[in-house]
Amino acid sequence: MSEPLIELQDITFSYPGAATPVFQDFNFQLLPGKHIGLIGPNGCGKTTLLHLIMGLLKPQAGKIVIFGQEVSKEKDFVAVRQKVGLLFQNPDDQLFCPTVLEDVAFGPLNQGKAPAEAIRIARETMAKLELEGFEDRVTYKLSGGEKKLVSLATVLAMQPQLLLLDEPTTGLDTDTKHRLVHLLQDLDIGYMIVSHEDAFLHHTVGECCHVHGHCCQPA
Amino acid sequence: MSPIQEPFADGVSLAHRLDPRGKIVVAGLFAVSVAVAQTYATALAGLALALVCLALARLPLKKVGARLLVVNAFIFFLWFILPLTYPGDAVWQFGPFTVSRQGLLYTGLITLKSNTIVIALIALIATAPVNTLGQALQRLRLPDKLCHLLLFTYRYLHVLELEFQRLVQALKIRGFHPGTNLHTYRTYAYLAAMLLVHSCDRADSVYRAMLCRGFHGKFYSLRIFSWQPRDRVFGAVSLLALAALLYLEWRGAGPL
Repeated sequence: MSEPLIELQDITFSYPGAATPVFQDFNFQLLPGKHIGLIGPNGCGKTTLLHLIMGLLKPQAGKIVIFGQEVSKEKDFVAVRQKVGLLFQNPDDQLFCPTVLEDVAFGPLNQGKAPAEAIRIARETMAKLELEGFEDRVTYKLSGGEKKLVSLATVLAMQPQLLLLDEPTTGLDTDTKHRLVHLLQDLDIGYMIVSHEDAFLHHTVGECCHVHGHCCQPA
Repeated sequence: MSPIQEPFADGVSLAHRLDPRGKIVVAGLFAVSVAVAQTYATALAGLALALVCLALARLPLKKVGARLLVVNAFIFFLWFILPLTYPGDAVWQFGPFTVSRQGLLYTGLITLKSNTIVIALIALIATAPVNTLGQALQRLRLPDKLCHLLLFTYRYLHVLELEFQRLVQALKIRGFHPGTNLHTYRTYAYLAAMLLVHSCDRADSVYRAMLCRGFHGKFYSLRIFSWQPRDRVFGAVSLLALAALLYLEWRGAGPL
């Protein structure tokens, strides 16, 4: 069996002031090439799990191993974020540059690409998502669905090896959802999706896991 | 709808096509020169220069007038206070009030200078979108933090406005009517507090999203500013004009 892409060992995490921890001795594995859906009731820790993986939240105990490397310090996670892309639940959190092109190019520029190269990558990514002509649109004037797709473009532009999507379908119409399904099916990288939509998960992931306080069990 | 309307930012006039960096520097120097001017000659010359810039920007005069009206609404109050309180030769007396000649001249000068500066700023600064200005300031080596503050304020004003409207709607659909009572004050206090909390959360989330995309404290700009021959001409002419203003001021030095 090959090495897992992500491994969480005995993770304990609780939000400050919360009575019960979200995770207690939580264990989780994501194997290469797997497409997993994360399901569970509101507040069970699905988003928290994604944020722990990205190093946005730090566990009180336990070990996180990503791509075979143990990560614990901010510096380790900086490297993780170059390879793992996270699509936020709320696209308004994700888009902050004035124009779409600048926002999509933001990641590649941070990766040290030259502006011309960053623009090329941004345009290619946008073409893949059928977002041609959006380059100079102002991000906060986009519609909800457009914001979501542009957010996805900003993440994909960093050419991640693994994608984490936090409720990618909220606010999308049926057509846009179909586009997203096809897009994910064509991706050749692993991904994990948090979603409450069974139909969407049915088309995009191989298996679904229930997130509990201690583990993540196949549903 | 954008929270900050930028009615003058779009256009193809000469003033729109000039390099924003040059425009910012010239507008800044001009504003300072006019602001410290003590003579009518300098202020009038400045006004003439500002009007030339305005003509070059070919902006809708009606909207420019509307902007000036806002500025002059503030200055309007000065006309009530300064002439009455500024010491000098009396020109007019009624009851306990004395209108001084110096006071009138001084208020007139302030009015003239304020309008001159605002016209110049409309012609030179308002003809560039806020985003471009932020990036130009960055290129002018202004501290990164200040530039980011400008750009983020601009970007998130709209989000905050939407947040505010959502909260107001939530109040409305539950039958809230503002009145002069404790319930209203408490509700408004909650509204303000909630807006603050939401803004903090939003700022947190945005920062996290930026970290996820490899942000490490530095913004890279895609915009390439190019310094054209016309910018060189604009810069040279502006410097000459500023020098002329300073000469006028120096010759006519002395308060009123």
